[in-house]
Amino acid sequence: MIDVREAITQVHHEEWARVVAALTRRFGDLDIAEEAAAEAFATAVERWPADGVPPNPGAWLTTTANRKAIDRIRRESKRDEKQREAQMLYDDDPSEPLSAIHDDRLRLIFTCCHPALAMETRVALTLRMVGGLTVREIARAFLVQETAMERRITRAKAKIKEARIPYRVPSAEDLPSRLSGVLAVLFLVFNEGYLASGPDTDPVRHDLTAEAIRLTRLIRGLMPQDGEVAGLLALMLLIEARRTARVSAGGELVTLDEQDRGAWDAAMVAEGHRLVRERLATGVAPGRYQILAAINAVHTSAREMRDTDWSQVVALYDQLVRLDSSPIVALNRAVAVAELDGPEVALAAVDHLADKLAGYHAYHATRADLLRRLGRSRDSRAAYDKAIELAANTAEIAYLTRRRDQLV
Amino acid sequence: MHYMISVIHDAASLATEDEMAAIDVFNDRLNADGHWVFAGGLASPTSATVIDNRGSGEALFTDGPFVETKEYLAGFWVIEAPDLDAALKLAAEGSKACNRKVEVRPFLGVAE
Repeated sequence: MIDVREAITQVHHEEWARVVAALTRRFGDLDIAEEAAAEAFATAVERWPADGVPPNPGAWLTTTANRKAIDRIRRESKRDEKQREAQMLYDDDPSEPLSAIHDDRLRLIFTCCHPALAMETRVALTLRMVGGLTVREIARAFLVQETAMERRITRAKAKIKEARIPYRVPSAEDLPSRLSGVLAVLFLVFNEGYLASGPDTDPVRHDLTAEAIRLTRLIRGLMPQDGEVAGLLALMLLIEARRTARVSAGGELVTLDEQDRGAWDAAMVAEGHRLVRERLATGVAPGRYQILAAINAVHTSAREMRDTDWSQVVALYDQLVRLDSSPIVALNRAVAVAELDGPEVALAAVDHLADKLAGYHAYHATRADLLRRLGRSRDSRAAYDKAIELAANTAEIAYLTRRRDQLV
Repeated sequence: MHYMISVIHDAASLATEDEMAAIDVFNDRLNADGHWVFAGGLASPTSATVIDNRGSGEALFTDGPFVETKEYLAGFWVIEAPDLDAALKLAAEGSKACNRKVEVRPFLGVAE
């Protein structure tokens, strides 16, 4: 019985996106595909414990879902057939420019992450349609009412249909920008798990980080040649590997220099390093995620904090600044500079960012730490106060508070 | 599939000569590629009259636009496009040509 439950969970992970994607392709309707897939899985939950898990669960689910979808269309057949056809999602471009990319799941991902949808909508739709999370799970993850999340998803499906957002993988010309939009959605899901916000949430939401990794792996399987997909997967793995070491038993953030490096997940670190090396070997200029992954690879290669190759970290940040001149990148670069050239040089760089980052907790936390190291306790205390006021993650607030209270 | 590209503007100024020339080029391209349905520029919102003939009495005329806003509809294109991706590309070109923000909205249930 328990085995059947586990089997269903596993099949759900492996087959949900495939079933929804295939049905969307066949019936041209996300709503029908989603509902029929959900019904098929509900039927599996009902029947498999008695009948046993079928030899090919994926095929069983697709067949069952197909039948459910046809039932629904028959029930609604009084609806004007022509209009329904006119509103079908479709791919009018049979001469697919990237013939290697024919998996329906990719179409599904690109449709859910379409730039005409709001970012929060893309996140919700991707988690529902591709990830197979329930509306309730997504609502809980983003701290909104279930009814509000339901509305958001329903509106998105209606817009896709009415505005005719196509169900296809973008043309080669649009692919890089559209793919970076997809990766941004996945990274946002990961970050919300990694630095969960809100006083009542766990500081690390493993469900969200794991889901983001799972979906990135899925895309990696579908687009194995893409450097940024590999980079994002490596980045997530190298951060996730440190998850248990990052928060103390008392719920406080443990910074990199104080982490028990033996508690890092060695398999994840190894996989992340392998991906980074694989990208380096191609000799192709890395994108943002690949550089961030490389920075994390340097950190996770050091046995002790003092073994960290800081000149390499700073060099990678210099490379990143050329691609992304955002003040947040400059702030992170300054943190590495502090290790290489000392806190005074770093503080000067950080103070340059005052205008742009005054509302960002990490700016004040970084300043507080640099001021502390320079022995400027009073200024440091003020910066910690500001950082605590702006921080939203409980573990981070606990850490900042302790650091402030230890100032002399 | 038909889409409306609305041109949004927030000043009383009309299109400059350069903008008009760019719009002409864009219109020619819409025609040549089979996207053209209709287009037009609108006079300023202050020239609008609101009519309400829902009641049983005489139609009621009111001077001015139905809602006073900072941004208003300055003109529009109605285009034919296979899907939103194609419509968004054309809208981006239109925005560049007329040098104003535009909004894309699908027509309801118009097939082919």
